[in-house]
Amino acid sequence: MAQGYEAPAGDSSVLRIGVDVGGTNTDAVLMDGRRLITFHKHPTTPNVSAGIVGAIRAILRAGGTGGERSPASIAAVMIGTTHFTNAFVERRNLSRVGVLRIALPAARGVPPLTDWPRDFVTAIGHDVHCVRGGYHYDGRINSPLDEQAVAQAARQMKARGLNCAAVCGLFSPVNAEMEERAAQIIAQEAPQIAVTLSSRIGRIGIIERENAAIMNASLVGMAREVVEAFASALRALGIEAPFFISQNDGTLMSAERVAQYPVLTFASGPTNSMRGAAYLSGLSDALVADIGGTTTDIGMLVGGFPRESAISADVGGVRTNFRMPDLLSIGLGGGSLVHAQAQTVRVGPRSLGYRLAQESRVFGGDSLTASDIAVAAGYARMGDAARVAGLDPALVQAGVAEIHRLFAEGLDRMKTSAAAIPLVLVGGGAVLIHRDIPGVSEVIVPEAAGVANAIGASIAQAGGEVDRVYSYQQLGREGAIAAATQEAQRVAMAAGAIADSLKVVEMEELPLAYVPGGAVRLRVKVTGDLALARPQGTATAEVSA
Amino acid sequence: MKIESAMLEDFARGAAFLGTGGGGDPYIGRLCCAHAIEMHGAPELLPLEALADDAKVFSVAGMGAPTVLVEKLFSLEEAHLAVSKLERFLGRRADAIIAAECGGINATLPVAYAAMRGLPVVDADGMGRAFPSIQMASFNVYGVACTPMVIANEHGESVIIETGSAIAAEQIGRSLVVHMGASAMLSCYPMTGAEAKRTAVAATQSVAYGIGRAIATGRGVGQPVAALLAYLRTTAYYRHAHLLFEGKIVDVERETTRGWVLGRCVLEALEDRGARLEIRFQNENLCALRDGRVIAIVPDLIVVIDRETAEPITTETLRYGQRVSVLGVSAPPAMRTREALAVFGPQAFRLDHPFVPIETLAATP
Repeated sequence: MAQGYEAPAGDSSVLRIGVDVGGTNTDAVLMDGRRLITFHKHPTTPNVSAGIVGAIRAILRAGGTGGERSPASIAAVMIGTTHFTNAFVERRNLSRVGVLRIALPAARGVPPLTDWPRDFVTAIGHDVHCVRGGYHYDGRINSPLDEQAVAQAARQMKARGLNCAAVCGLFSPVNAEMEERAAQIIAQEAPQIAVTLSSRIGRIGIIERENAAIMNASLVGMAREVVEAFASALRALGIEAPFFISQNDGTLMSAERVAQYPVLTFASGPTNSMRGAAYLSGLSDALVADIGGTTTDIGMLVGGFPRESAISADVGGVRTNFRMPDLLSIGLGGGSLVHAQAQTVRVGPRSLGYRLAQESRVFGGDSLTASDIAVAAGYARMGDAARVAGLDPALVQAGVAEIHRLFAEGLDRMKTSAAAIPLVLVGGGAVLIHRDIPGVSEVIVPEAAGVANAIGASIAQAGGEVDRVYSYQQLGREGAIAAATQEAQRVAMAAGAIADSLKVVEMEELPLAYVPGGAVRLRVKVTGDLALARPQGTATAEVSA
Repeated sequence: MKIESAMLEDFARGAAFLGTGGGGDPYIGRLCCAHAIEMHGAPELLPLEALADDAKVFSVAGMGAPTVLVEKLFSLEEAHLAVSKLERFLGRRADAIIAAECGGINATLPVAYAAMRGLPVVDADGMGRAFPSIQMASFNVYGVACTPMVIANEHGESVIIETGSAIAAEQIGRSLVVHMGASAMLSCYPMTGAEAKRTAVAATQSVAYGIGRAIATGRGVGQPVAALLAYLRTTAYYRHAHLLFEGKIVDVERETTRGWVLGRCVLEALEDRGARLEIRFQNENLCALRDGRVIAIVPDLIVVIDRETAEPITTETLRYGQRVSVLGVSAPPAMRTREALAVFGPQAFRLDHPFVPIETLAATP
């Protein structure tokens, strides 16, 4: 059921800045605890940092009722960005990658990069090394690590002038020791090579996890530059507070970690948008629908976090399995074209998109869109209503019904049960919806939804996750869950969470078929408030980890 | 006909359809085939009737936990160890490779292995679909011994099993696989060409490809479900293809007992509110009941597909809210005889309903 969002404890007078670096706009928000003080939108600039400087400078100057704020009053800056996703999908500035798989004699049937689109392989090269090593599903050694082969692979990568490597070991999410040892060996042989470990990114499923590691390695070179651009932007503003970057699951990473694991920001855009929208509405369990010009993106928030996708996610044609929010995109938006044929009215999926403001009826054009229907029905106000006054009332009625049917069906597909839950509605197309929707207990349209992404970034917490196979026979169910929770808490604290704010936000148990002894794959995720240094003048400083 | 790389996507999707909800995700099998064909060239798909009577035919299959399979993948070296050890044990070399199961991931593996060996893969299998156990094969029903059977893992470890019954081979094999790393390759039911022609279900590999092709072509014109049904009606065995239900999933229950995933899924009709369909499964879909009345039952195929794309949906990925179509398809006649039903009919799965062919059920008002 819906609960109120809890304000982070002891956080009430800490100023934070949230920034969303999108493809078009860079938005900044100034937050006092959980209160939005002011926001500003600035065009995104090619070098990223100028846009950030422009947006932050504007909100510091505005400062809200307190007047102009000094850079020293800011305790933390949280940045969300789709920069790395776009770069990967467009195959832009990718580094060449050495791939090291530690799995022999297993997994020989499908070598690394087998299913990658050819243009990616052209961009990142085909430098593949398979060596002996890896674990069983329960963490026992399947075969010992061939350290000499790792060293030889590292020397070959060095000889070929590579600066990035991806390392993926058999069952490394269960036991990462061999991956870590391989990273040490590579560091000795070729210190210039930046190493990505698959166990830090992906889950069980060697192909998808390895792909994610390779993707990440290809972005590391660029990530260093982008993080440096963020840092220099903040320096230029005189802000000395630490900055964090939001990741796919709605938790934060330090700047150093982003430089190493940029791939973890891939889906932070929709995550921040959903969390920001829910935050504005005060709900932590709700459906969130973002109705744009062409599509409606629907997600589910559970305990304040987006439900994660259970299926493999394709990014730019490469299959991965890292943590992504479960989103459903349907072809319904303000610009969706309306076709009437005999007795049936169809809405979308074709859309005018950004041409809505020129080509739809109410804006003087000839195309009939979902927005025109909503205006003709009298519940939406935009453009010139007189231009749709002559529409057949039966057509308008049927169009309204079809818009609501499509929307309700999309919502229902994202729900996990038939119980009615609240809906948070954002986006320019939100005006299309005015009737009660079956399965929805209440509809909330928050103000300031236009900067939901930046707000979502600003409220992000520190988190930790464990995904591992445990023996219930050895540890008992309680014991195994406790062990997994402790490990997740340790990771969260290493990421900067305050110990007594930690909460389990997700727990999943998957019993393994064919395996005796009660082997269960347990996934536990915990989050906590970020430990923040108070700005000058406060005595109770807490240093971030 | 050769099985070329360009055919693999359709072939794997068709194999997923014949998996009837189980059989594992053939994605890995498809990649394994793609790699094998790239390395060794495309294997010949040999019609069952073209097998010489004295041809030596060997099967190959994977057995294990899906969670382990997605890490260890396949190694054709493992498959080769199983088959070559069985060849040495029997003192005869393989002339052709046959699939034990044409549904799911085990449909693709023999293709990859045949490519590696430079041997033809027979256009046939022992199930005409997917089943959860080794003994549930037409080979067993019609008198081919399951053993000697070899199980092998990636470490070069292998075991030869000889038992008096296929069900004993299943039980012993299953516990061995656990100790061999929870994922292994096996070769069982070694047979002659004459035995294969007498006991195998013919043309299932080409039907798998045809199913995938029909779905892909149907998507091009926005009618994948209709295209799929139309194709099935042109096949020799799967021609009684019925759209049993269109609806949304409103409930899924699963429990893992004794290594099986048992459960049920409830659907509600999209238009005719109140009409409900229940599907019971054990790894694979076993029985479909409409408003409490059986409308399709194992060994006939019950397949849940996405209503828009006709993508087959496995029992592991069923979830609330999915809009699906449920198809009921006749099993090949050899899978419906009295002897066959004793091995994999409803009673073998502890269902209380007798087997009634889908075409009879569909004709009953």
